[in-house]
Amino acid sequence: MNTVSLSLTSVRELNEQLRGAPDAGSAPGWRVTDPKGAHAVAAGLTGHVQVQIDGHVGYYCAGMNQHAAITVDGHCGTGVAENMMSGIVRIRGNASQSAGASGHGGMLVIEGNAGPRCGISMKGIDIVVGGKTGHMSGFMAQSGNLVICGDAGHDLGDSIYEAVIYVGGSAASLGADCVEKEMTPKHRSRLQDLLSRAGMERDLDRFRRFGSARKLYHFHVDHADSY
Amino acid sequence: MCGIVGLFLKNPALRDRLGSHFATMLTGMGERGPDSAGIAVYQDDENGFRCRVTLFHPDAGFPWQEVAKGLSGQLETEVNVVVKGNHALLEADGDVSTVTRQLTDVSPDIRLVGYGKSIAVFKDKGSAGDIAARYGLAEMAGTHAIGHTRMATESDVTTAHAHPFIADEDVCLVHNGSLSNYNRLRGWLARRGMRFETDNDTEVAARYFAYRLQQGADLKEAMEAGLHDLDGFFTFAAGTRTGFAVLRDGFSCKPAVLAETGDWVAMASEFRSLADLPGVDDARIWEPEPQVVYDWTLEHGA
Repeated sequence: MNTVSLSLTSVRELNEQLRGAPDAGSAPGWRVTDPKGAHAVAAGLTGHVQVQIDGHVGYYCAGMNQHAAITVDGHCGTGVAENMMSGIVRIRGNASQSAGASGHGGMLVIEGNAGPRCGISMKGIDIVVGGKTGHMSGFMAQSGNLVICGDAGHDLGDSIYEAVIYVGGSAASLGADCVEKEMTPKHRSRLQDLLSRAGMERDLDRFRRFGSARKLYHFHVDHADSY
Repeated sequence: MCGIVGLFLKNPALRDRLGSHFATMLTGMGERGPDSAGIAVYQDDENGFRCRVTLFHPDAGFPWQEVAKGLSGQLETEVNVVVKGNHALLEADGDVSTVTRQLTDVSPDIRLVGYGKSIAVFKDKGSAGDIAARYGLAEMAGTHAIGHTRMATESDVTTAHAHPFIADEDVCLVHNGSLSNYNRLRGWLARRGMRFETDNDTEVAARYFAYRLQQGADLKEAMEAGLHDLDGFFTFAAGTRTGFAVLRDGFSCKPAVLAETGDWVAMASEFRSLADLPGVDDARIWEPEPQVVYDWTLEHGA
């Protein structure tokens, strides 16, 4: 295990070391201590490295991640795993706004709660939130899955495209063009797979599925009043 | 951007170290606001003075001691003065409005920065670290403090436009964000007798809360009323002589983190400013919900 303290090493030096690290399997993992809310910790990684961060991080932790498995044993600020391409990012605490924003792939697991705009403009990432999410989560979400085990805040899935949202609690309100859809056996199976990969056990019967009514993003003269 | 911080001590035993803890919080937000910074520190009335006034003069060599002597003669009472940078903190055993009226007659360039029974206010151009050092923040004792690091987007970079804004005796406000209906609201408040010193949006919000307090609202009620009357983006931290409150707008794009232990409550734009507080590892840490007023009141007296 390589240990790096951010009290002694700058974030830039840490990220350079992580980017140059050999792929896990043959190489030991990395432990980062004393993050103290620093921004961009473990951002821009491209290799199959394992990184454990002990403490709370600031903005854009694990941003643009490819392949790496990053765990934060704490809370994180705005935009964790934003624009992630692949790999897995796990937050043991809570995440602030815009978690997983614009993510193309991989999995983001937030064991606590997520703030507003979780999964905004997601493009293929899978996000599993153990607790609740803030308002406007799944805003303009294009593809991928957003699983919210607790309650969802106001305007869930506003202007959503083809992403799928599962909510285990209740949604305070749905955004424009977001509707409840039937929970088919296929969707139950997909939800079970997402929860299993996130390491969470939940009662599938509590979950409801939401998605796009597809009235907003295809122009149709009958819906002109909605635009 | 801008950074805001607030520290409210629940345990009176920590009051001697308020400034040293608060200095780490303010400098932690230096990157969010490099233009100017300001602090409002609520301090014990150790000397029994009924009035504390913080003044600014553009001339660093301004003869504050002479002003204090003149004021002492006029009021026929002892006047204590502490000079820090371009600021002077005057303490007198007199009515706040009488003292401030006397002072503004002395020199037209004297600007009233803070006034009340317990508040001391220092705000200046420059980095948060420099300003904390220039005004000796780490040595200040007190019950609670509110601070701001400013990245100006809305009006000029001057000491007058720096936060906190003091809108009434011991009433202060810091703000991260921007308001959109403040011109109309300024007129509404002006018609109700509130006076303004700058064109700044945050000053309007500060005067608005002061107006609600004058009308009989408590701090929580005043801020809740603001949810109806203030339009724009905001994370606010507000202080009164005995109270501290935090409020975010419904959209909540401006960040805020709260942390609480049995000894203190701390608020900052980012966790970076809380990381060095004593006992933070065991603190309850959370992000304030949109449109919810979080408020605390001193239980042990100021």
